[in-house]
Amino acid sequence: MKDRAFISIKGISKHFGKVRAVDDVDLEIEKGEFFALLGPSGCGKTTLLRMLAGFEVPTAGEIYIDREPTAAVPHFLRPVNMVFQNYAIFPHLNVFQNIAFGLRKDRLPRPVLEERVNDALALIKLDGYGARRADELSGGQRQRVALARALIKKPKVLLLDEPLGALDKKLREQMQLELRDLQRNVGITFVFVTHDQEEALTMSDRIAVMSSGKTIEHGPPSQLYDRPRTRFVADFLGTMNFFEGRVAGSDGDGLAIETDRLGMVRAQGPADFAVGDRLTVALRPENIRISPHTPNDDVDTIGGTVSNTAYLGDRTHLYVTLEGSDQPVLVARQNMDGSGSDGPAGHAAVSLWWRRSSVLLLKSG
Amino acid sequence: MTRRTGTGTWLRHYTIVYLVFIYLPVVLLPVFSFNDAIYVAFPMKGFTLRWWEEMVQQTGMLHALGNSFTVAVPVCLVSTTLGMCAAKALTSYKLMGARVLTGLFALPLVIPFIILGIALLIAFNSYGLELSLWTVGIGHVLICVPFSLFVLMSRLEGFDRSLEEASLDLGETPWMTFWRVTFPVALPGVVASLLLTFTISFDEFLLAFFLTGNESTLPLYIWSQLRFPAKLPAVLALGSAILVVTFVLVTLAERLRRQGEFRSDTAAGGS
Repeated sequence: MKDRAFISIKGISKHFGKVRAVDDVDLEIEKGEFFALLGPSGCGKTTLLRMLAGFEVPTAGEIYIDREPTAAVPHFLRPVNMVFQNYAIFPHLNVFQNIAFGLRKDRLPRPVLEERVNDALALIKLDGYGARRADELSGGQRQRVALARALIKKPKVLLLDEPLGALDKKLREQMQLELRDLQRNVGITFVFVTHDQEEALTMSDRIAVMSSGKTIEHGPPSQLYDRPRTRFVADFLGTMNFFEGRVAGSDGDGLAIETDRLGMVRAQGPADFAVGDRLTVALRPENIRISPHTPNDDVDTIGGTVSNTAYLGDRTHLYVTLEGSDQPVLVARQNMDGSGSDGPAGHAAVSLWWRRSSVLLLKSG
Repeated sequence: MTRRTGTGTWLRHYTIVYLVFIYLPVVLLPVFSFNDAIYVAFPMKGFTLRWWEEMVQQTGMLHALGNSFTVAVPVCLVSTTLGMCAAKALTSYKLMGARVLTGLFALPLVIPFIILGIALLIAFNSYGLELSLWTVGIGHVLICVPFSLFVLMSRLEGFDRSLEEASLDLGETPWMTFWRVTFPVALPGVVASLLLTFTISFDEFLLAFFLTGNESTLPLYIWSQLRFPAKLPAVLALGSAILVVTFVLVTLAERLRRQGEFRSDTAAGGS
């Protein structure tokens, strides 16, 4: 039992009729982690979260929280609290009563109760808001009250269902940082569900990417972004150029791959491909540079023509058509010091280069 | 342009006539209760409080009023409780045949009360149940539950399920969750249901007529008094009193309901 993680999800499935919402998921979450379940809508991430909370009963498998099996524990006895997507602030209660809601059974003396609630209000920076009615709160304030209401129970795990989905963009970015700070301060394990890859990348220590009820990959944000092992994750996080290819040869430095549109590409990729294997080559748009001169011999180059550009403020997207192909390659060019209008325009011939280390090799499919 | 104005004035006139048609008889009730004449007819005579004094002294009428309360208060409590249970079940769970069930619950509304009255009379007789205010009450519950059900269902249908889940999540049992979350949030609907069912039972005539024993409820008493012209003005006074009380109660209930609606609306605004 000792080697088991803080939260251990073992072979969990949830079927609704014929639909496999969650299909044989294994996950381990460490104590104090900020963990994200990321995926497109309908991938089963919310169902998985609701099974952790106890609102859904797994069809198969077992969930251990703090090394204890949870199957027999009703939701109102679980050491787990949840922040709901729409925050579920009780409309008939004020802020103080909302936050104190879960403490009724503790039968605290009034001064102790007030102190606990005021501490919680201070934690979420809403001191003095206790008497506010629920309908007088803004979206961001509701979110904080929902957080305080759950955290005051001192759960072992806090579950958050799309915690920032209802907020506008600016507030969302601010709350991402606040939420991460808050999590570090309280030291409670946070598990949250999101469909927003940026939110997952910003806030979490580790991410599990889900699709069609299965976890596709999990790991730290930078690992999933920089070194995805599956095409799904490479495509879902950020943007990616894909090329189909076949291993043409290998030596001590890496592999040489014959691709459909990039010609011969060399990569330092993992050695689990043999000569003759079919694979997918992936390149991030920001890892492809445009320049007439290449820095050293550790790069590959190819020529092309700019067919279209899209100015995005901080960067410009260039669509570069390669010889013998209609499908353009996406290149992201960082705009610094007002350089947005300097770059190559339509129909300009350009030379593209990239470092071999940034070439990703993925299994075909 | 002129044409539109023409239609506008026509509609305005129609509205005024319509409102007068509906409310004039109601307004006449209190007016004639102060009229110093036995006969309800124009021209009116002098002002008097005689009928109001007489009303207070008519023990038969006050007894009937008491009977009506004795029936209506338990009826509104019982039918609202039953309506709440049914409304909760129909809105919270995906029940098999929920639509058929709702239809069945609503059926007493479309059965003519006279048929219902006869049917219940036969049923009570065959069970050997003696007719009394109890049997009137049972009949009234039967017709009040559907009203209660629909008032509460409309309230609970917009109810955010995650509020109950939040309560469970915060460590409350389902039973306490009902009392700490569901009931207070649905309270305006509960009050509306209590008032509505009370009113229905209070002024219901047909079922009471069929199902009562020796005791009579207020509508039955008033009806029996209409044979004696001298008693009519006191009935008018009582009617006026009931009118005022009802008006105040319904206004209060409506304000309560709107307050509740406003709150739950803004609560839903966040999602």
